[in-house]
Amino acid sequence: MIPAEFDYTAPESLEGAIAALAGGGDDAKLLAGGHSLLPLMKLRLAAPSLLVDLRKVPGIHGIQRENGTFRIGAMTPHAVLERSPELGVFARAAGSIADPQVRNRGTIGGSLAHGDPASDLPAVLLIAEGSVTVAGGSGTRTIAAGDLFKDYLLTAIEPAEVLTEVRIPALDGWGYGYQKFNRRSEDWAMVGVSALIKQTGDICEDVRVGLTNMGPTPLRAAGVEQALKGQPLNADSIAKAAEQAAEGTDPPADLNASSDYKRHLARVLCRRALAEAAGIT
Amino acid sequence: VHAVFTGQDLTDLTGPLPQAWVPPGITVNNPDHWPLAKDTVNHVGDPVAMVIGDDRYSVIDATEDVVVEYEPLPAVTDPEKALAGPPLVHESLGTNQSHEWSLGGGDLDKGFADAEVVVERRVVNHRTAGGAIEPRGVLADYRAGSLTIWSATQVPHFIRLFLAILLGMSEERVRAIAPEVGGAFGSKLQMYGEEVLCAWASRKLNRPIKWIETRSENMAVTHQGRDQIAYVKMGAKRDGKLTALHVKIIADLGAYNMLLTAAIPSLGAFVMSGVYKIPAIQTDIVGAFTNKCPTDAIRGAGRPEATHMIEVTLDQLAAELGMDPLDIRRKNFIPADEFPAELPIGVVYDSGDYDKSLNKLLEHVDVGAFRREQEELRAKGIYRGIGFSTYTEICGLAPTRVVGPEGFGNQAGFWESAMVRVHNTGAVTVYTGSSPHGQGHETAYAQIVADKLGVDPSVVEVIHGDTGTGPEGRNTYGSRSLAVGGESLAKCATKIADKAKAIVAHQLEASPEDIEVSGDKFAVRGSPDKGMTLAEVAGAAYLNHVPEGMEPGLEATTFWEPENFVFPFGAHACIVDLDADTGKVKILRYVAVDDCGNPINPLLIEGQVHGGVVHAIGQALYERVHYDEDGQLVTGTFVDYALPTAAELPSFETDRTVTPSPVNSMGAKGVGEAGTIAASAAVTNAVIDALRPLGVSYINMPLTPMRVWEAIEEAKGKAGVAA
Repeated sequence: MIPAEFDYTAPESLEGAIAALAGGGDDAKLLAGGHSLLPLMKLRLAAPSLLVDLRKVPGIHGIQRENGTFRIGAMTPHAVLERSPELGVFARAAGSIADPQVRNRGTIGGSLAHGDPASDLPAVLLIAEGSVTVAGGSGTRTIAAGDLFKDYLLTAIEPAEVLTEVRIPALDGWGYGYQKFNRRSEDWAMVGVSALIKQTGDICEDVRVGLTNMGPTPLRAAGVEQALKGQPLNADSIAKAAEQAAEGTDPPADLNASSDYKRHLARVLCRRALAEAAGIT
Repeated sequence: VHAVFTGQDLTDLTGPLPQAWVPPGITVNNPDHWPLAKDTVNHVGDPVAMVIGDDRYSVIDATEDVVVEYEPLPAVTDPEKALAGPPLVHESLGTNQSHEWSLGGGDLDKGFADAEVVVERRVVNHRTAGGAIEPRGVLADYRAGSLTIWSATQVPHFIRLFLAILLGMSEERVRAIAPEVGGAFGSKLQMYGEEVLCAWASRKLNRPIKWIETRSENMAVTHQGRDQIAYVKMGAKRDGKLTALHVKIIADLGAYNMLLTAAIPSLGAFVMSGVYKIPAIQTDIVGAFTNKCPTDAIRGAGRPEATHMIEVTLDQLAAELGMDPLDIRRKNFIPADEFPAELPIGVVYDSGDYDKSLNKLLEHVDVGAFRREQEELRAKGIYRGIGFSTYTEICGLAPTRVVGPEGFGNQAGFWESAMVRVHNTGAVTVYTGSSPHGQGHETAYAQIVADKLGVDPSVVEVIHGDTGTGPEGRNTYGSRSLAVGGESLAKCATKIADKAKAIVAHQLEASPEDIEVSGDKFAVRGSPDKGMTLAEVAGAAYLNHVPEGMEPGLEATTFWEPENFVFPFGAHACIVDLDADTGKVKILRYVAVDDCGNPINPLLIEGQVHGGVVHAIGQALYERVHYDEDGQLVTGTFVDYALPTAAELPSFETDRTVTPSPVNSMGAKGVGEAGTIAASAAVTNAVIDALRPLGVSYINMPLTPMRVWEAIEEAKGKAGVAA
């Protein structure tokens, strides 16, 4: 309910934020929307000594399209993504996050940097084959989505780095589907499946499938992608490919879902997401 | 930080926390329950230390430094295993059984001998939380030998009494105030340890002590509800006529008996007949201690469990007989011309017309069209189901002969008090001994009094929840506030009206019998312009312009107790779609027809029905308090304890029939619990109806997606074996 004591600063520049983070030592944490960090602090599961609030840092808000790529500032809230239909599956996934209050405060950068495999955006970043830009004391670097998520709540971002931007290729010509399963609309995904399909005629030219909450990190369903790529797109081929959705996954059981049930859900949701992406109802 | 106390410090309390209501005629094992554990902690959340400081921040930091060295003991969380024990929750008792109690009537052996069909089901009614949006909060201020305690409670009068006893204080020195309380649902009908501790520490430290519960504490320490396993055996003739019902309930009481813990399942026994004429009936209850938070009254308290047992098992019987679930209900309804209806167990239902409410329901739900649609949809792989619940409940908790010392062992009477004070200007202040916590009593009570006195409700102020202002009271629970407290007010306002009539008659030289309330005047019958407003009457009363021998002033007090409970009833229908691939249930329609006698305020009734139905839908589909085998609470937050939100719920369709109660002059019955009592069975029956073509004919709550999916898979497996 009440967090342990901590210091707080809200620098007005990116350099200031990086310096504050570096100066704050191992226990300093960045604060973006706070929707993951603050509950952990209130339950005293996290007790950072310093919070570096990014709210005053300029230049890390909003969406721009540049040379076929969307550049999304890390502090852009989910609600803005939700209202940007040009982002396709990203907009769709963002619109399914929790409730309007959370979407108004929670940010894309915060969600990706937290790396919760049950969150909606990480797996979507994987199938979009996007990247994140991080800035630290020694400059900036780009981390590809496939290299970002290392383990449960662990990313390739160094403790003294700030995620500043998310880059997503414009997925013109791709159909998408997003199927999130939860008990209540505001809950995290019990399992989620995101799909992108590029089709020529009725042939699946390319396909990407993302899995949410099927392991310690967001995953690509490689088996499904291999099974469907180059195949005709119809209900049967989709159903057959979707059978591979849980291949190689080992989702942990929780209060509401056993591992078996999660694997079953992955197959069902994969079939639905693919059908949606292919425009087959 | 000013002080840290543990159970060993509580040497000057006169005793442990009270158990106030127990089933009559039996001995109930009642282990000591201290506000702070003395040597053994019996459930997660059993408090061990109290830290007192200047602000919440420093106190919560300091609690991190309280190091408790626990010696782990074996735990038992399943009540059936507990009864087979060891391990024992309380070694000193030598058993995990709290008590056994039975209520029956009619010849059970004959009833089952007469039966041509018998169905038996194990009906699990899992544990739920109250989940009031405002957690508890206490502020105790002991000074100059007197204690004032503010608490988010339903029962300030009980708290004053018990605090006086436990602290060894004279009762007039204790004042308990329940300010506006943000919901309770029974969870604040309790004498909690935190209330005792704040008062005790305030006296000890000579300063006010405040405690505000966190949500995490609320989920672990505030009493919980339900948690019964029932073995239900129902017998009938081939034509569907019920011959006997035998229910064995194993009630999981948690670690201690609190204020009403042991009595809750017995409330279910009172309505185990439901709305049906069953010649022989028996309810056997065994209470079991487990290493869980105590259970006690949560909205409906025993009656939702009973209704669920009857209504779900009746559908099972209908399926067994190949009968329509509505036909079997109609066949067994207690006929409208038999009210007041005395049941074999001795309970007398005050009024009812069950065909009428079911007919009204069917005006909203075209079952024939639904069945055709259901058939068509099944062909397309869509599984739609409909479920019904025709229910009654017992409420308006009052008659001392039943709940007092000769009945349920509470050393008190169960009247309610009212005081009406008309001011010089004709404005009215009303004091009630009931203690609302969000239901809208101020509105309904003001209406009742305004109606009797010919004034606008806006000039009627309702004061409640303060033992220092009004008369002694018996507070709010068991849907008693209107049927007992409201009637007491009506009677009190009638006394004022009678006095006003005498004053008006005296002033206008008319006969009191000829004076009536007409618009905003007490007027002479037939001459509506010849009269006095309440303000003019009050003016006369306070100027002592009253008839010879009459006291001046315009104020009255009433204590009133009804002869019987009241029995609201109704018919509910639920329509669901089931996603057979995932097991997820979606409610498409929920239609509720309720009869709570004469309505006082339709909007308040509507609100109670909506909230009550949500409460039960929550239990049926979403909510569950769960402890693992080691006794760890795994649903300690609202992330895991899944209260449904507006997004999960349909727009409710409600309607009413009106069958007045003969028990009070208003003809009114309670409605605060009705929706909760009715709805879990309607939802469960609808889900089972949807599941039948998939080979699933029975399933227990909570109907979570995984459990529904597992039931479907299991049925597929069996079908595979059979093939």
